[in-house]
Amino acid sequence: MGKATVIPFGPQHPVLPEPLHLDLVVEDERVIEVIPQIGFIHRGLEKLVEKRDIHQFIYVAERICGICSFGHSLGYAETVEDLMGVEVPKRAQYLRVIWHELSRIHSHLLWMGLGADAFGFEALFMHCWRLRERILDIFEATTGGRVILSAVNIGGVNRDIEDSELYAIVDKLEGIRGEYHEICNAFVNDYSVASRLVGVGYLSQEEAEALCMVGPFARASNVAYDCRMLGRGGYGDLENFQPILSDEGDCYARVKVRAAEVEQSIDIIKELVSKIPHDGIGEKSKLTPADGAMASNVLEQPRGECYYFARGNGTKNLDRMRMRTPTSQNLAGMVKALEGCELADVPNIILTIDPCISCCER
Amino acid sequence: MSSVSKSPWVIHYDGSSCNGCDIEVLAALTPLYDVERFGIINTGNPKHADIFLVTGSVNEQNISVIKEIYDQMVEPKVVVACGVCACSGGIFHDCYNVIGGVDKAIPVDVYAPGCAVRPEAIIDAVVQGIGILEEKSAALAAAKKKGA
Repeated sequence: MGKATVIPFGPQHPVLPEPLHLDLVVEDERVIEVIPQIGFIHRGLEKLVEKRDIHQFIYVAERICGICSFGHSLGYAETVEDLMGVEVPKRAQYLRVIWHELSRIHSHLLWMGLGADAFGFEALFMHCWRLRERILDIFEATTGGRVILSAVNIGGVNRDIEDSELYAIVDKLEGIRGEYHEICNAFVNDYSVASRLVGVGYLSQEEAEALCMVGPFARASNVAYDCRMLGRGGYGDLENFQPILSDEGDCYARVKVRAAEVEQSIDIIKELVSKIPHDGIGEKSKLTPADGAMASNVLEQPRGECYYFARGNGTKNLDRMRMRTPTSQNLAGMVKALEGCELADVPNIILTIDPCISCCER
Repeated sequence: MSSVSKSPWVIHYDGSSCNGCDIEVLAALTPLYDVERFGIINTGNPKHADIFLVTGSVNEQNISVIKEIYDQMVEPKVVVACGVCACSGGIFHDCYNVIGGVDKAIPVDVYAPGCAVRPEAIIDAVVQGIGILEEKSAALAAAKKKGA
């Protein structure tokens, strides 16, 4: 055994688009300890609730993270609606779920691309991102934005999608499904991908449960938890929803879980479009939260469970808004999975938790 | 210098952006917009880079990182502030941990506005940056000639 050396990783590193600093303590080629350092993106936006009223804050909530932007505006809106007891029409709930699932597809494709880039498969990275642009086209056609959508308001959604347009989206997704199978084939059946990922960054089910892992990272370690099972909003009307699991617990399992979730999202959108009701899209609520009223909510983001808490103080500003995002949960598991790995596998393991540092630090 | 000014290499650093601009920077490199066909490559090494794309605002923690990357880049170099947060702090300008736009830390040559900045705007800004890069390299060459 050689002497322990510390290798700094990040904050500016080609494999991560975001700043995350890790001190990797290595002995020869083996990582024995990992010390994460975060805070490069901390803006302090939870405190902005004091300056922005509940309707303005939805645009701030959306900018917690540009990848799961729709999810954050949805989670925030649902929490504040709970706080004030606002009823949202069914159609608006369905539309929210459709946009949210589209964001999941775009986020997973983005991640698969970055994952491919981390193990050095540049062509696959480009193909994933090419396919992702087709989802962004749907966003642009339905909301006008590519990444920041601003489609949700407190009480409903800002824009309706006409039925004919919804069927066109389903057609488009069916077209994407064919191309997606080709890409998936490279991920799931290519031996070079498998030789890079199988057995790397193993996390057992006990460890995943003990460390409170969430999202696809936990489901790849056979933890059967997906907030969509709770059936909130449009998810309640799904015929049958089963979380996608794998019991292998390594990087390869995480790729497979996410790969299957893209197809699951396409199926969810298809099912909801087939039974979407016509009861309006709701309008912006004029209520203000009562003094001392509290509400909390969980939402399955592309990266896992996100928890929202809000407390009113009788004015149009909230007293407190708190989010606990999936990445801040999963960092503990990432550190655990990194211990004992080869130095060359570090980028792969970091990416397989799908870190979203700007969610994590806010 | 002509090869550099036609195909500059870019380095990207995420200040405290929400990721929206970062994924748009990457989207500009990938097949739909595909600036890589002109030889514009995203590099991880500041010493190889000609254009510095910064997204997001400056805060207490990352100001030293941004300055460090800028100092490691060799002359001539151009800084592009991508997105409204990098230009002025944007929607987060009155958050307690946000100092302001990137120009609070390093000199900025081109501002690309938008929330999130569109890939077309980034490409526009980089093309504008190439012009500035050429001017700077001409000025450097003139100064060198004068010195010699």
